[in-house]
Amino acid sequence: MNERLLQVSGSPHIHSGESVKKIMWSVIIALIPAFLVSIFYFGIPVIILTFVAVASCVVIEYLIQKYLLKGEITIWDGSAIITGLLLAFNLPANLPLWMVVIGAAFAIGIGKMAFGGLGKNLFNPALAARVFLLISFPVQMTTYPIAKPIFHLGADIITGPTPLGILKEGVKNGQPVDSIMHSTQMPDYINMLFGQMGGSFGEVSAIAIAIGAIFLLIRKVITWHIPVSFLLSVFLFAGIFHWVDPTMYANPFFHLLTGGVMLGACFMATDMVTSPISPRGMIVFGLGCGIITMVIRLFGAYPEGVSFAILIMNSLVPLINKGFKPKVFGVAKQK
Amino acid sequence: MKTFKIGGIHPEENKLAKEEAIEVFPIPKQVTLFVTQHLGAPSTPIVQAGDKVKVGQLVATAQTLVCANLHSPVSGTVVKVEPVPDMTGYRKLAITIDVEDDIWEETIDTTSEIRKEITLTKPEIIERIKACGVVGLGGACFPTHVKYMVPPEKKVDYIIVNGAECEPYITTDHRIMLENGEECLIGVQALLIASGAPEARIGIEANKPDAFEHLQRLASQYPNIKVFKLKTKYPQGAEKQLIKSLTGREVPNGKLPIEVGCIVNNITTTYAIYEAVQKNKPLIETYTTISGKRAKTLKNYKIRLGTSISEVLSTVGIPENTGKIVSGGPMMGKAIANINSYFVKGMSSLLFIDESESKRGVVEECIRCGKCVTACPMGLEPYLLYALATRADYEECEKHGIMNCIECGSCQYGCPAFRPLLDMIRVGKNKTGYMIRTRNK
Ligand code: SF4
Ligand code: SF4
Repeated sequence: MNERLLQVSGSPHIHSGESVKKIMWSVIIALIPAFLVSIFYFGIPVIILTFVAVASCVVIEYLIQKYLLKGEITIWDGSAIITGLLLAFNLPANLPLWMVVIGAAFAIGIGKMAFGGLGKNLFNPALAARVFLLISFPVQMTTYPIAKPIFHLGADIITGPTPLGILKEGVKNGQPVDSIMHSTQMPDYINMLFGQMGGSFGEVSAIAIAIGAIFLLIRKVITWHIPVSFLLSVFLFAGIFHWVDPTMYANPFFHLLTGGVMLGACFMATDMVTSPISPRGMIVFGLGCGIITMVIRLFGAYPEGVSFAILIMNSLVPLINKGFKPKVFGVAKQK
Repeated sequence: MKTFKIGGIHPEENKLAKEEAIEVFPIPKQVTLFVTQHLGAPSTPIVQAGDKVKVGQLVATAQTLVCANLHSPVSGTVVKVEPVPDMTGYRKLAITIDVEDDIWEETIDTTSEIRKEITLTKPEIIERIKACGVVGLGGACFPTHVKYMVPPEKKVDYIIVNGAECEPYITTDHRIMLENGEECLIGVQALLIASGAPEARIGIEANKPDAFEHLQRLASQYPNIKVFKLKTKYPQGAEKQLIKSLTGREVPNGKLPIEVGCIVNNITTTYAIYEAVQKNKPLIETYTTISGKRAKTLKNYKIRLGTSISEVLSTVGIPENTGKIVSGGPMMGKAIANINSYFVKGMSSLLFIDESESKRGVVEECIRCGKCVTACPMGLEPYLLYALATRADYEECEKHGIMNCIECGSCQYGCPAFRPLLDMIRVGKNKTGYMIRTRNK
């Protein structure tokens, strides 16, 4: 018998092969459909802005890890790329690029590294940065380019309000919802579904986002719990108000398709690090996100509300994790 | 199709050796028998160097309740009774016997005739199982007779038989069901008498349709034995999960199966019980799958206890780039540190794990993906137990149910950050258990 050294360690002796890197790259792949649609509607600026956001995130993470923390460099795990992509997706396509860099610095520096890096951050870094930009540069952050298929686009970018902005403005002026919905400014539902409307560039196409989300579900990177509970609570909340007073409150489908609900529910709220761990907790989290989104939309100052809702729920995750434990085997129902 | 609800995973099945009929490994020239081949206290040797023994002769006896008799698997002369390094490298007391011929005890029925009619009474069956040194062959090696010493206030409703064989690679249960199914069912009948239970339920994972159909056909002659198909999902064969799948009953936290009126036995154990009760044959062999993605030959061997592991390895050949050799399944088995050791009861496999698979990935921060939580069949939160055990906070470990962990490895198997969850949980479990025991004193 030839001598050889065998490895000894505790069971299990096999592994699924899943890794953090593979998960992160799956998310990146899942974002591609929405990215392509955005290029189609908003043109070249989308590519430039995304490149700047991703590059700044990666470079800033590298600089912090190399010179500030003097530790391991983890930029290739893909998480900084995702932060960059999601940040870009949540910005208007015509935002000045220096603002994008500031956003990236905030996302990585404050949103992620200040908490101790990937896995320890409380808030979704991209969303934290978006809200930071929204507060710092309210005008630029709410001036959205009008979506036009690429072959119609002239040299100038025309800007205009988002569907939710149109709605909020109209309701404030006392117009009935019905007539706002049929105004010329308002895109129809088909356009909303495919993404021809104003908004942050990555959030516009419900269909492209859904394709990405289905990929992630099949890859088992995300589970249905958060997206479904999020979308369902938005739908029900909006639905009830619409049913009570259709002249004041818009149709629930309108709320589902606009203002980043789809992007939020499928890609932002499902961020593993900043969402609850157990399926029960995830459902509570999703419901919370949906309800807060609608409260902000219907009663708050901002026309949308997805970013705030997710950030608020992010801060509750430690509590949710404590309060909603998985069902334990062999323990009769408590209380 | 039945299954358990909470958690579970689907590792690659890799039942590569399922077509290989059971083959008898040649009797070696010498055997070495550890006196600790079972869970519990070591048995006490009753032979000395120079003694002549026959196949099936008692060589070490059980002195305490949780202990098992040990019989010589060969005929020949005892050469020494001395400590020898075991599979993990620790020295354990062992009886070494030089083999001469193959002469069996006259009391053992060595014919191949299947004896159907059970003539022993309830206490006699239990006594016989004990005398023959039968232990659970599903991995834990718990002395079987102890399970049947049921306190008088408890009633047994079901004998649960584990034919799930949910561990990847291992195929011995599968082969036994196909080749000795009839004997297994007679063994189950003996267990029904021994326990007074009205019904036995056999669970077989859906990935063994031939075994399922075969046993179902055989069981049609026994109205009190039912065979069920189970969903292929790990750990379907874990005691509590199997009871849940087959009866819907949930063994309460910290309690034994008897609490819900069940006793669980592995299918190969029922074959050993048949041999003990009907043939008076002690447990002197182990059924072992030789497998691995790059194994040179795939085998299901019947091996006499005490055969040297390296002898078997040199017969089958160790594939290139083997990083680890695992005894038992890849999920719950043990990595062999010392191949110059010997076969013991219930050693159900020798698996060659390739270097590429045996090297663990680089540990990263927990990304809170929750995969460990959804995988845990006990509804625990492995990431949290890991953190608590690392902090040595055993009070909290206890509160979060660390003692319920069945060490199935499902959490660690799927962790994308390659965190050694079970390693740490095991440490935490030991320490927490110690804390609980000393507190109550
Ligand atoms: S599976 Fe690993 S990375 Fe995911 S939550 Fe559990 S410990 Fe953390
Ligand atoms: S090893 Fe323990 S903690 Fe991990 S999945 Fe199995 S029972 Fe749960």
